[in-house]
This record gives sequence, structure tokens and C-alpha cells, in this order.
Amino acid sequence: MHWSRRLVWSLALIGVPLLAACDLAGPQSAMSPAGPIAQAQRDLFMWTFWLSWLVIIAVVGVLVYSVIRFRAKDEEDRKTLPHQTHGSTKLEIVWFVIPVILVILVAVPTVRTIFATEYTIDRANYTDDDVIIRATGYQWWFKFEYPREGFVTANEMLIPVGRRVIVELDSADVLHSFWVPNLAGKRDMIPNQDNQIWFSADHPGYYYGQCAELCLGAHAYMRFRVIAVEEDEYQAWLASFMNAADAAQTVQADPEVERGRQLMATKGCIGCHTIDGYAPGVEVGNPGFPDLTNFGLRTTVGAAIKANTPENLAAWLRDPQALKPGNYMPTLWQADDPNAAAEIDAITAYLLSLGVDADATTSATLGGSHGDR
Amino acid sequence: MAIGKLGAPPVVGRPPDALLSRPTWTEGLLSWLTTVDHKRLGILYIVTSLGFTAIASVEAFLIRLQLASPNNTLLSPDVYNQMFTMHGVTMVFLAIMPLAIGFANYFVPLQIGARDLAFPRLNAFGYWVYLVGGVFLYTSFLLGGAPDVGWFAYAPLTSLSNNPGLGTDFYMIGLFVGGIGTLATAMNLIVTIINMRAPGMRIMRMPVFTWMILVTSFLIIFAFPPLTVALFQVMMDRTFDTLFYVPAAGALPILWQHLFWIFGHPEVYIIALPAFGVISEVIPTFSRKPLFGYPVVILSGIFIGFMGFAVWTHHMFTTGLGPVVNTAFAITSFVIGIPTGIKVFNWLATIWGGKVWFSTAMLYAVAFLITFTVGGITGIMLAVPPFDAQAQDSYFVVAHFHFVMGGGALLAFFAGLYYWFPKMTGKLMSERIGKLSFWLLVPGFWVIFFPQHFLGLMGMPRRTQTYVEGIGLEFWNLVSTAGTFIMGAGLVLLLVNIVHGLLRGAPAGNDPWDARTLEWSTTSPPPYYDFDRQPVVNDRDAHWVQKYPESVHGERVPASASEPYDRGGAHMPGQSWYPLIAALSLLPFSYGWLYDNMWLVGVSMLILIVATYAWALEGVGGKHIHVGGHDEAHRAPDEGVDA
Amino acid sequence: MTTERAVHVPGGVAVSSPVATQGTYKSTTLPDIKLMMWVFLASDCMFFGTLIGTYLVYKGRSLVGPYPVDVLDIPLTTVSTFVLLMSSFLMVLALHSLRQDDTFKFRLWTFGVAFFGSIFLGFQIYEFIHFVDLGLTLQGNLFGTTFYVLTGTHGVHVAIGILWLLSILVHSFVKPWTSKDDVYLEVAGLYWHFVDVVWIVIFTVVYLVEFV
Repeated sequence: MHWSRRLVWSLALIGVPLLAACDLAGPQSAMSPAGPIAQAQRDLFMWTFWLSWLVIIAVVGVLVYSVIRFRAKDEEDRKTLPHQTHGSTKLEIVWFVIPVILVILVAVPTVRTIFATEYTIDRANYTDDDVIIRATGYQWWFKFEYPREGFVTANEMLIPVGRRVIVELDSADVLHSFWVPNLAGKRDMIPNQDNQIWFSADHPGYYYGQCAELCLGAHAYMRFRVIAVEEDEYQAWLASFMNAADAAQTVQADPEVERGRQLMATKGCIGCHTIDGYAPGVEVGNPGFPDLTNFGLRTTVGAAIKANTPENLAAWLRDPQALKPGNYMPTLWQADDPNAAAEIDAITAYLLSLGVDADATTSATLGGSHGDR
Repeated sequence: MAIGKLGAPPVVGRPPDALLSRPTWTEGLLSWLTTVDHKRLGILYIVTSLGFTAIASVEAFLIRLQLASPNNTLLSPDVYNQMFTMHGVTMVFLAIMPLAIGFANYFVPLQIGARDLAFPRLNAFGYWVYLVGGVFLYTSFLLGGAPDVGWFAYAPLTSLSNNPGLGTDFYMIGLFVGGIGTLATAMNLIVTIINMRAPGMRIMRMPVFTWMILVTSFLIIFAFPPLTVALFQVMMDRTFDTLFYVPAAGALPILWQHLFWIFGHPEVYIIALPAFGVISEVIPTFSRKPLFGYPVVILSGIFIGFMGFAVWTHHMFTTGLGPVVNTAFAITSFVIGIPTGIKVFNWLATIWGGKVWFSTAMLYAVAFLITFTVGGITGIMLAVPPFDAQAQDSYFVVAHFHFVMGGGALLAFFAGLYYWFPKMTGKLMSERIGKLSFWLLVPGFWVIFFPQHFLGLMGMPRRTQTYVEGIGLEFWNLVSTAGTFIMGAGLVLLLVNIVHGLLRGAPAGNDPWDARTLEWSTTSPPPYYDFDRQPVVNDRDAHWVQKYPESVHGERVPASASEPYDRGGAHMPGQSWYPLIAALSLLPFSYGWLYDNMWLVGVSMLILIVATYAWALEGVGGKHIHVGGHDEAHRAPDEGVDA
Repeated sequence: MTTERAVHVPGGVAVSSPVATQGTYKSTTLPDIKLMMWVFLASDCMFFGTLIGTYLVYKGRSLVGPYPVDVLDIPLTTVSTFVLLMSSFLMVLALHSLRQDDTFKFRLWTFGVAFFGSIFLGFQIYEFIHFVDLGLTLQGNLFGTTFYVLTGTHGVHVAIGILWLLSILVHSFVKPWTSKDDVYLEVAGLYWHFVDVVWIVIFTVVYLVEFV
């Protein structure tokens, strides 16, 4: 068939460039897998995509062909009635079987992948090689706890390349969802329900995550990052947290930093934010708010919405609502406060110093990378 | 509501005009307020739902404007949340579903050769409750803010502590009240289709649209109760501090999701099956051939409806139900693809070998086939749990359900609008404006929604009022927003065409499309008693067989007499005030509940009870007509069966 | 009201169909109103199904007492259940009497149904008050929330049924009911039997299972 062949070709030709034209890769794209789970999910998608493309070409091809071939030329032509066919059992059987085959073609790899990627790992079966992280969703940030190492951080989790990471999911208020498209599809964070997700990263990188369940307010800015690093870097990072309480006492040589530390108290910051090593033997903060321990090592500010540069951090402190409307961080300085700029600079200096000097290797690779990638 | 009424026996003797005299207006506003005519109510449904479609389109337009560029501040998060929530709620509950019910109201009785629904006053009640629910929901914009928790309102976001505003109460009460009307109408349609078919209209001769409405109505009566109970539970939590969705008391927020989707998935088919029905009327008519594989298409529809109750957790694949549950529901979801595919193949086979008449209605039907096929296929992709883990709650899902609901169902109903407009008004819509509008609307739709698949794959979650720069979302968001201008122009032209058709449309005649089913055998618009004579049905496509008997049987079948069936004429039900009053009483009821004003609730309930008794005692009333239009006032109403 | 009439349907099939004397053709022998009640009850099954489902999902999840075993009183509720069952029996008698045009017995039994229903409601009100005394409240724990809403919804159904039956009773004095009106009582009866059956399920699921 001259007509149909041309049609099929043109549809195929539309499809392939369409796909090629869309470079869907990105730091938050499900099409750029950086670990086995995301890879399996993408492979399954591509398989169903090509099957679907076949079906669409067939259906649209037949449709377009038949409406052109069988169109009534004019009103006269319309009056000659076509043969009034009612159906055909043979054909019905044929197109019962076609979708059945298609469904089986989709179902078999689907079931395999489900059982390979979606099972829950019992706590009893956690191995020493696993990285265990407890993630809790809050309106509108993520708390990450490393129970084995015994410390808490927020909005950025470091993981070592190649090791299995098991994240236990919980929520402190409404529903949230944990989604790092490069590494794995999402899993919801639900109060009173012990959910879990596990994945691993194939190579180092910054993998962007975002809450994927409506939680009102600043939901659109409830972002986070998974940062995959090599094992030694990961160990250094862990060490910097485990030693944070001791390390912080030795860094306040800079008077600007020391002034910032004191302002943290006078402006009320430590009423909410925990900082290990804020002052010897003093516990500050509230577990319901982001932990700022080793804040200097963070790459972002405001739950992964801006790079953690002195300028962005100062802007965030000055007017948190401008950067992330709806969040619970209060505005601490009146618009006409003459001391605002100086005080913010001091606090910024203090916050960015946290963790940076604790360990030379860590600060070189992480603290120095105040970039967006 | 139905209960008191059903229990009342017919009243003998003097007209029971104790409260309000029986209205008899035939034109003007009062005649519309008191009408029980299924055609008028159908028009009211269609016009109201198109109005809500227009409002929802404005909301959608604002949503797209906000998303045109990253970090845009046109809408605050609060306003944005209200916009997408009301857009979703409006399209599902106030626009598409009532549009389907409107067509059902108008055409089911005509297609089965009846003169009205089984319970005409209950039908009026259903419409007014729908209007009351819609108006109530929309007053939220004036009374402190619209609902902002999304159309599926997941607990515990809806608890009083997480959401102290009135928006959530508007959502819960509005849908609760609106659901009563939908349930009443669905029950009415079931009884009508089972009991009111013309002589010879056997079940496997019914037009496919009527068939699909029957299946849809069954879906409604089974799917709405779980929603109603869930809404009631949340309102109990909010009003009386019960603990249904309070995690601190040990409650499971996931329960809401189960209850909502046990309703929510059938709801998808409540919208889609009538659309399939319309397509199954339009394609045969404009291909000038009978529907290919009629019994298979019907059985597929029934099967889809049945399976609709067995797939709800595919909306919950990411909630951690475990691999076994996910596998089971993935497979049931795949299975639904089979009858759906069969339907598409049968529609294609209907076109094949026909004489395709490219009216605007047929254009929409063809566009439906393509758009719906794509939407159906992305549906199969989403039923793959590992991929769904990436796509769930992303723009991929947004694209998918707009292809199914908008591109699928709405395009089908637009096909139905062009197809049936001449029957409803006696006038033709302009084909020229219609085609222009079509070529803006459908490509515009694709420009808006196709790129959203890409956005979802690139990691853009839905329900976010903005997105950050630098992760590749800018371009396709801008394209999508640009599409709204194209589609918007098409929608405006569609409205222009409706008005143009009403004012200047060419006379349509009884059967402008040379169509197949009984509604085309009467005048356009039909008289209030629908048919001069009780139709008698010999075959499927009853009207076509009468016109072209030899094309079906190969020989001429003698025309049969309809004489035995309307020897006694026909009984037309009387108008009534009570459906309107009963429905309106639900408005103060809703506000009373909203503001915890139990006094207002009590008074409204009293009005409702009085109206219900008056309704029951009033009886069906009406008048008796004879072929040829000799009406006779109803003297002895003691034979009235229905109400 | 309707008469059975053999109808010759063109196309060659003779069917026996009821044809209303007024010319309104009906395609089945089931009166509209009775069909309507069946459809309504089908829908109502889902209402109670959802409420019972909620109860079962939250069974055993209450964080604080009182728990079901602390408050439920099987002998007492068995009595009220028996009363409700007997009311269904009277319902059958009432319909039978109406079909026999025995107006006195029809009124008597109809009153009996409403009366027995009221006794059941009285038991329920007593039970609620007693449970609140024992510390089980709507807001106290998940058992209280789900128990009161489930049994309360059933109680409202019973109350509507009583109101309906009393309305029929009053109406039968305004305009005497005859065997021709039986469908209206039959429909009320369907509703009543349904509410009764639902109670059997609730009694089993909420009360009996707790003590198995």
C-alpha cells in the first residue's frame, strides 16, 4: 500500500526526532539515572514507550488512512450507502488477542522489576555495609538522621558511592514524598506508617530531590539534595559531624565569627535551630526545626533552593519570605534597622564557619564548593 | 430525601394544593424553575456545566500564566493552591460529569422511546442540588478562600489543625451535598433505562450511549457512597473533634486515600464511559454504517465499569503498600487496557469501509480517538509501578489525565454537542466557525499538554506554584503556557458558535445527519411529550431501520403499527415547586454546617422535611395527552405510579 | 394500576409486559418505585460497607481505653437485636394484611413495626448514655469515633424508617389504604428489612466478634 507505507514512515519520522529533540536529561530528571533503581525504572519506561509508539503508529495510521480513503467526496457520494457491516467474530478475536499480548509484554518485566526494586528490607537484615538514614518530612524541609553515627542534619544527605542506602521515611505533620529522580522513584512519607526506600548511586554527583506530595505553603520550595561522594570523603564528612561538638570550640578565633555566634542567641536563632558545639556543654534548639550543625558544609540554603554563598545566605536571613514564601522562618530585622547589614554579615560569617575548619580535607572538597552544582 | 416521597400513596380526589398550587407555566423563568421536563433539565445541565467549564478554564489559564517562567510571583502559593484545587474540583464535579448527565437527561428518554425519566420531579431535584452545590463551592472565594488541598484532599492536610480556614469545609460540604443530587439522578436513570424502554427496545437493541449511561449510573451508585462517607468523616473531625484522621490518636491517614480512590477511579469511568457512548453514536452516524461489533463494545463497557472498582490502588503505588499489592493492582489495571483497546479497534472498524462525512462532530470524534489513545497508553505506562514511582504526582500524570479527561472525554462531549445541537435547538451550528474552532482547540490542547509529559519526566512535581531555574523546566513550561492562548481562542469560538447557532443557525430539520437512533425520528426540538406516537422498535438503530429497511435486512420489512401502545394517549407529569424548594433548603443547611450554626441546620432540615412531605402528597399530577396534541387536564390522578 | 398484557413486538417476539392503562408502556413487570428502592438499597450497602470497613480498619488501633470488651454488653444488645428482628416479622404481617384488605390488622402491624423499632432505638440511646458514663466518647479514642458514627448512622436509618411507617399509618386514616396500594408499603418494608439485615452485620462485626 503506497498510502499506508508513506503514513507509517512519516509517523515514525515524527516520533524519533521528537524523542531526540527532547533532551530530557537533568539533575532532577528521571531520564538521567545515576543508580540501579532509577536505571531499572527508566529501562522499563523505555520498553513501554517503544511498545506504545508501535500501538500509536498503528492506531493513528489506520485511522488517518481510513478517514482519507473512505471519506465521502461530496453530498451525492454520501447518499450511496456503504455496506452495513455489523461486525466480525474473527476480527473481534484478533483484536482481543492483540492487547492481551501487549499487556503480557508489559506485565512480565513490570512484575520482575517490582520484586527486584520495591521490596522492604527488614531492620534485622540491615548489613554493616548499608548506609542507614532516617528521613522525616516537615512543612517544608527534610530532616536527615544518621542513627548509627548519631547525628542529625537537614536538607542535604551525603552518601557514599556504591553502597546501599536505606532511608526510613516518616512525617511529622502532613503527607510528604521523598523523590530523587536520578536515584529512585518516590516513596511517600506518611504519619503512622513505616515506609522505606533504598537505592544506591553509581558515581559521585549532586542529585536533586523534591517533595512530591502537596503540603501547602512553601511546598514548591521543599527541595533537598542527595550528594554522592567517594568513600573516604564520606568518612571525613561523618567524622566532621561526630566531632562537631568538640571542633566548634576551637574555631572562634575570628572576632566577626564570635560576634555572629553571640547574635545567634540575641536574635533568637538558637531557640529553634540546633547547633552541635554552639557552646561547650550547652544544648540549643528544637528538633522540630532544621539542625544547623556544620552548616558551613552545606551547598545550599533554604532547603536546597539557593547556593550556599555569603550573599544568598545574607539575603535569606534578611527576608526569608522573599526567597521562600510561606516558610516558618521569621523576619528578624525591621526594614529600617540600621544594624541589620552588619549583624547579618556576622551571623553569615559564623554559620559559614561551622564545620569548615573541623577537618581540612572535608572543607577543601565540600565547604569550598559553594556552587550550585 | 427519596424516602418520604416513595412512601406516599397517590391522592384521590381534589387536587392536593394545600401548600402551593401546582405550577402550570409553560414559558418564562417560572416555567424553568418548576420544570420537570427531562429536555429542559438536560439543557439546564448542559448550559450550567458549560458555564463551569468556562470558569475552570479561566482558573487553568491563571495557573499556566503563573508557570510561564520560573520563580514567577503572579499568584501567591495560597492563591495558586486554590486555583488548581478549584480547577480540578470544577472540571470533575461541576463541568464534565454534569455535562454527561445533561446529555443523558436529554437523550436517554428520546433514545429509548420514553416521554420522560421515571421520576421527573426527582430529576429536577437532582439538577437543583447540583446547582446549589456548585454555587455553594464558589461562594468560598468570597467567604475567606476557596479549598486549597487539591481535588483529592489527602488527610491529614484537611484536619482543622493543618488547615484552619473554611476552604476545606467548603470542599467537604459542597461535594457531600452535590453527591446527593448525583446519586438521585443516577438512580433515576437506572430505573428509567430498565423500565421505560419502548416496546421492542430490548436491552441489546439500546443505543450505545444509553447503554453507557446505564453502566455509568451503576458506577455512580456504588462509587459515591464511599466518597460521601469519607467526606462526612472529615467533617466530623472538623466539627465534632472525632479522630478519623488524627495520626496522634493512632489513625491512619492512608484510609482516606483508599476511600477516596475507591470512589475516584470509578469516577474516571463515570466521566469516560458516557464519552465512549457519544463516540459510539457519532462515528457510526458520520461513517453511515452501524457500529462495528455492537455487543462487544457494550460488553467492553460493562467490563471496564466493573474493573473500575478493582484498580484504585494504582493511584497509591508510591504509598508503600508493598510489592504484592502493587503487582496485583498493576495487573488489574493492565487488564482494563484490553477492553479499552477493543473499543478503539471497533470504532476504527466502523469507519473502515464507510462513507466518512467530515462534519465538525466527526472531526472531534477523530481527534478524540487519537488523543484518547495516547492518554490511554500513558495510562498503561503509569500502571507500571516502577515507572509510576517516577511519574506519580509529577506533570507526567497531569499530562496523562488531561489527555483522558480533557482530550478524551471533553472532546467527545464537544462532538456530542455539535451532533445533538440541531436536535436540541432545531438549528444548525456553523460548520465554518466550528472547524476553525476545532483547528485551534485541538492543536492548542496538544501544545499545552503534550510537553507536560516531558516536564514530568524531568522531575517537575505537580501542584507546585513555581519551579527553580536551571533544571531544564523553563522551555516546555513556556510552550505549554503558549498553548493556552491557542486552545483558549478555540474555546471562545466554540461559545461564539453556540450563540451564533441559537441566533442565526440554519433550520436543522428533524434529521440533519441522516442518523440512526430514535431521537432523530421526532421533531427538532422535540415536543414536550417527545414523540407523537409511542415508538415501536424492530431492531438496533431503530430510526435507521425505518428509513432504510432494505439496507439492514436486504428486503423491506412491513412498517409495524404502534397503535396498541398509545391507544390511551400519554401521561405527562405536572410541574412542581417542591424539587426546587427541597434542593434550595440544602443551601442554608450547608452554610449552617460550615459555620457550625446548628440552628440554621435545624431550620433547613425542617424546610427539607416539609418540602419532602408536600412533594409526596402532591402526587405526580400532570395531564393526559392524545396523539395529535389534544391535551386534557388531568381529572383522576389515582393511577399515577411515579412521582 | 398496571395490567398484564401479551404484547406482540414487531420483529417476531411475543412478550408479556405490563402496560399502564394510561398508555405508559413499561418494559419490565417491576414497578418503578420498587426498582428505585432496590437501586437505593444497593447504594446504601456501599454506605454501610464503608462505615463498617472503617470500623474494621481501626479495630484494635485505639491508643487509650475504654476498649470494646470493657463496655459492650452482649445480653442487652441481644435483646434489642431480637426486638428489631421481630419488627421485621411484623412488617411481613402488615404487608400481608394490606394485601388481604384487612385494614385493622394492617394498621396494627404497621404500628407494631414502628413501636418495636422505637424500642430498639430506646435501647440504643440507653446504650450510648451508659457508654459515655463508662468513658467512651466520640472524641476519646478511635473505637469511640468509629463505633458511635457507625451505630449512630444505623440509628438514623431506623429513625427514618419509624417516621416513614408512622406517616403511612397517619395517612391511612386520611385516605384508607387498600390492597392496590401494597407497593408503597412493600417498598417501606424493603427498606425496613434492609436496615434490619445491616444491624445483624453490625451486631456480628462489632459485638459478637469481640468475644469470640
